[in-house]
Amino acid sequence: MGLELYLDLLSQPCRAIYIFAKKNGIPFQLRTVELLKGQHLSDAFAQVNPLKKVPALKDGDFTLSESVAILLYLFHKYKVPDYWYPQDLQARARVDEYLAWQHTALRRNCLRALWHKVMLPVVMGEQISSELLAATLAELDVTLQVLEDKFLQDKAFLVGPQISLADLVAITELMHVSVGLWGLAAKFLKADPSWLHGTGEWKLQ
Amino acid sequence: MGLELYLDLLSQPCRAVYIFAKKNGIPFQLRTVELLKGQHYTDSFAQVNSLRKVPALKDGDFTLAESVAILLYLSRKYKTPDHWYPQDLRARARVDEYLSWQHTALRSCCTRALWQKMMFPVVLGQPVPQETLSSTLADLDSCLQLLEDRFLRDQDFITGSQISVADLMAIEELMHPVGAGCQVFENRPKLAKWRQRVEAVVGEDLFREAHAVILKVKDTPPLDPAVKENLLHSVRSLLQ
Repeated sequence: MGLELYLDLLSQPCRAIYIFAKKNGIPFQLRTVELLKGQHLSDAFAQVNPLKKVPALKDGDFTLSESVAILLYLFHKYKVPDYWYPQDLQARARVDEYLAWQHTALRRNCLRALWHKVMLPVVMGEQISSELLAATLAELDVTLQVLEDKFLQDKAFLVGPQISLADLVAITELMHVSVGLWGLAAKFLKADPSWLHGTGEWKLQ
Repeated sequence: MGLELYLDLLSQPCRAVYIFAKKNGIPFQLRTVELLKGQHYTDSFAQVNSLRKVPALKDGDFTLAESVAILLYLSRKYKTPDHWYPQDLRARARVDEYLSWQHTALRSCCTRALWQKMMFPVVLGQPVPQETLSSTLADLDSCLQLLEDRFLRDQDFITGSQISVADLMAIEELMHPVGAGCQVFENRPKLAKWRQRVEAVVGEDLFREAHAVILKVKDTPPLDPAVKENLLHSVRSLLQ
């Protein structure tokens, strides 16, 4: 049994790994773990990741959790192009800096935005106060400003002229809230929440 | 100007960076940034780290934030012994896995434990509801269990038989609630033995030096009212 990647493309870090593996032609078996069906809670999956989270990797008898660790493992094992995680000391440090920062910043705020805007009110039918949603979107806005001002600046990619792991991890976070949701966010804050019900865009893909 | 490390030994990740640099004989200028006095909000510090957080590094004109990035940068630049961040694919993956997990797990509950048990009530004179503290201590307990069961297991150190940066980061998280008076090691013999091993590698003197601030945090002198007000405002999210 070769490399197995346990993923649910609903999850941002899973998407980053999927793209990285596919783009670099890394051969793997995709093991889909459907979060919305609770498949991550099964005993079988706990053998792969006792923390019951995706993404997870199984390579022979070696199991690994945490998307950053998985991306780095794949980078080192499969000898993919250097720009993904540059050898240069300072450039690599910039990737590490982004990958560390994002856990409690972009990851946190994109997840909260999705949950407060879509998952809780529309999918789970739970009321979210407009103040809470406004506060969540305001925090997300601050984080996006940091992403632009501190990380991207006037460069082509987050750490320089070429793409790196940092960009994959960041873009999959932003896709979580996506342009479509953004455009509607402003309207949502002014509109009556019932406007959203039954609207196709809000159903999960 | 050589390597400068902007640290406050009140902060867990700062202690990890301090110990790592000292233990490995890395020459640096210590720039103390006192968090309780709001020194991380100065314009001059913002030049070093626009995120206004410690630890931060300045190496010539290169600045770097994030303790994990700093530790890895130092290990590479100063070619520290392999065990700190092993070349071996799987051993390194285990370090990466720990360093990634800890951001939203151990870091969160250890910070809240210190602030809710000590900083707010004792240093800042702001009482914390019992339910809030109990919930935080329960979270801490779960995290410690995960640290034992998932990461440490029956090994000497987090990645196996040798210490790595993962152990430094982890021990510093645990020293945080210790500073608050939490009995983190007393009921957990596995963690207590691991602590002794880490302390033995680091060296008693360096370990004591690194923990001088956190272990005396209850004796922090009263803060200037304006400083206290700003501080209370900036840490209000830690009351959850």
